[in-house]
Amino acid sequence: MSLLRITDLTVGFDTDDGLVQAVKGISLELAEGEILALCGESGCGKSVTAMSVPRLLPPETTRLSGSIELDGRELTELPESQLRRIRGKDVSVVFQEPMTSLNPSFTVGYQIAEVLRRHEGLSRRAARDRAVELLELVGIPLPARRVKEYPHQLSGGMRQRVMIAIAVACSPRVLIADEPTTALDVTIQAGVLDVFRDLRDRLGTAVILITHDLGVVADIADRAVVMYAGRAVEQAPVDELFARPRHPYTLGLMRALPSAAVNGRLAEIPGLVPSPLSDPDECAFHARCPRAQADCVLKRPELVRQADEHLAACFHPGGPS
Amino acid sequence: MVWFILRRAGSAVIVLFLASVLIFLGIRALPGDPAVVMAGEDASPSLIEAIRRDYGLDKPLPAQYVDYLGQTLSGNLGRSTQDQLPVAGILAERLPVTLELSALALLVAIVVGVGAGIVAAVRRDRLPDYVATGFGLAGLSIPHFWLGLLGILLFAVTLRWLPASGYVPFTQDPGQNLQRMILPALVLGTGFAAILMRQTRSAMLGALSADYVRTARSKGLAEVKVVGAHALRNSLTTVVTVLGLQLGALISGAVVTEQIFVIPGFGKLTVDAVLTRNYPVIQAVVLITVIGYVLVNLLVDIAYAFLNPRIRLSGSGHD
Repeated sequence: MSLLRITDLTVGFDTDDGLVQAVKGISLELAEGEILALCGESGCGKSVTAMSVPRLLPPETTRLSGSIELDGRELTELPESQLRRIRGKDVSVVFQEPMTSLNPSFTVGYQIAEVLRRHEGLSRRAARDRAVELLELVGIPLPARRVKEYPHQLSGGMRQRVMIAIAVACSPRVLIADEPTTALDVTIQAGVLDVFRDLRDRLGTAVILITHDLGVVADIADRAVVMYAGRAVEQAPVDELFARPRHPYTLGLMRALPSAAVNGRLAEIPGLVPSPLSDPDECAFHARCPRAQADCVLKRPELVRQADEHLAACFHPGGPS
Repeated sequence: MVWFILRRAGSAVIVLFLASVLIFLGIRALPGDPAVVMAGEDASPSLIEAIRRDYGLDKPLPAQYVDYLGQTLSGNLGRSTQDQLPVAGILAERLPVTLELSALALLVAIVVGVGAGIVAAVRRDRLPDYVATGFGLAGLSIPHFWLGLLGILLFAVTLRWLPASGYVPFTQDPGQNLQRMILPALVLGTGFAAILMRQTRSAMLGALSADYVRTARSKGLAEVKVVGAHALRNSLTTVVTVLGLQLGALISGAVVTEQIFVIPGFGKLTVDAVLTRNYPVIQAVVLITVIGYVLVNLLVDIAYAFLNPRIRLSGSGHD
């Protein structure tokens, strides 16, 4: 049985321009110890999908439907008070911005200890000791000294490691990492990814890794879901996805990688993402798609099995051309 | 932290020294010869000369300043020209009255202003926010004297809950004292509370949308902790700044409020001294006001350092 099962999740936001649909019926599963990458460009709904799990979206304006089950327990119907027992304990989050995601007014030790005292009921002293161990676990040198320091005294990479220490403090079942390496130098990126791998191996933590960086996906993920305009367009084990991408959008993303550049020029995907305000019954990618044909605008392609464990939502799927 | 406080205290002493020079020179720059004034009209030149010698007015200015500084430091602020009482004694009598009024007004302002600001930010664009911002606008627009008169009319004349004016020392009868101070403190604190409310509200709105607040929520912390610890702690810098800036306005507000409620405080003393050209008293009042400002600023700086580790740790050889 899968650890996390999201079924037909739809998330919209009330805005002055009307209801904006960010996620339009996505389903995915996450097994224990699995690293699942959610990829796609900005605004494709990958962060919103992941943040729906611990319900960290503004409650006044968010319209959510569908099902999110953690260990068979339905999260969407839980009251806020019970969700708070899950946040930081069973499901924790590493945010994208390491420079601003820590509170500048508290020591990093306090900020780590806080989550331990909340969920594990540790005493102040025990939590402080555990915070030092966690800093060591995420690879921060001189943890006994760093624990007393404030975020502004640490570099971006170290702050991101502190964020990870907070997120893994209570040995979560699911760790959501939202672009955890985007703001970091390449050399530090690799170190942070190693921390995730290490946690998965040691604690069996399942990771949802949100990224637009296919290099990161190839490096660490077991399976990937490619999202476009609020829907999953392709889903496959990473090796299979990179070997035989089926959806033209996935192909476009791969061609836009610097390593795939032809004559020093990156291949771009022409056109723009469709407006999230309207959602006609057609393939959302057709206007930008090199393989688009007449049937692409008649009906929206469903996610269908292309090969074992490989799903794509396209009427004209194929390998690299 | 200790070094930081010592450094700030050192610069405060320098400011006080410069202020004392300015006060000293300012009095000397006023038209008229004090010896002539003291001797009275039709005095003989030899008498004026004697007075000048007695009071050291024949010495060069730097020497006069040293005398003035020595006397001030030893607590001798001269005598009031009105009743020949020592100025230090008058201040010792009047200052506590104003300090009590200001402290009570400050308490009203902080409790009401910061509290309403937090509630308004958390319940943004809902009824509590509209009520708080509405009262904030009113509190900001209504002048002290009008609010004071209105308060007297309602609570003293119509409802007869409180006495209209007057003052009873706290040491003599605490109950009576508070009964007479509560209305002036509310009047003086209202405008201040309105300003604090608006600043707290906007600082809290900023803090509540910050990434670290989202992090706090993602830890599963209760909303009380998210708002009260994570967001508020980072808003307090703004609150303290406004507090420091507005304490000056509190002093001028006290002058008006004490006039309305006939409270024998520092503000009333200042007005009376100016009206009677009582130079020694004016000089002392200005000096005390300067000391007040410098102390408040020192406290604000220390509060900043306490609230903001980036200030506290700068210059400690770290980072």
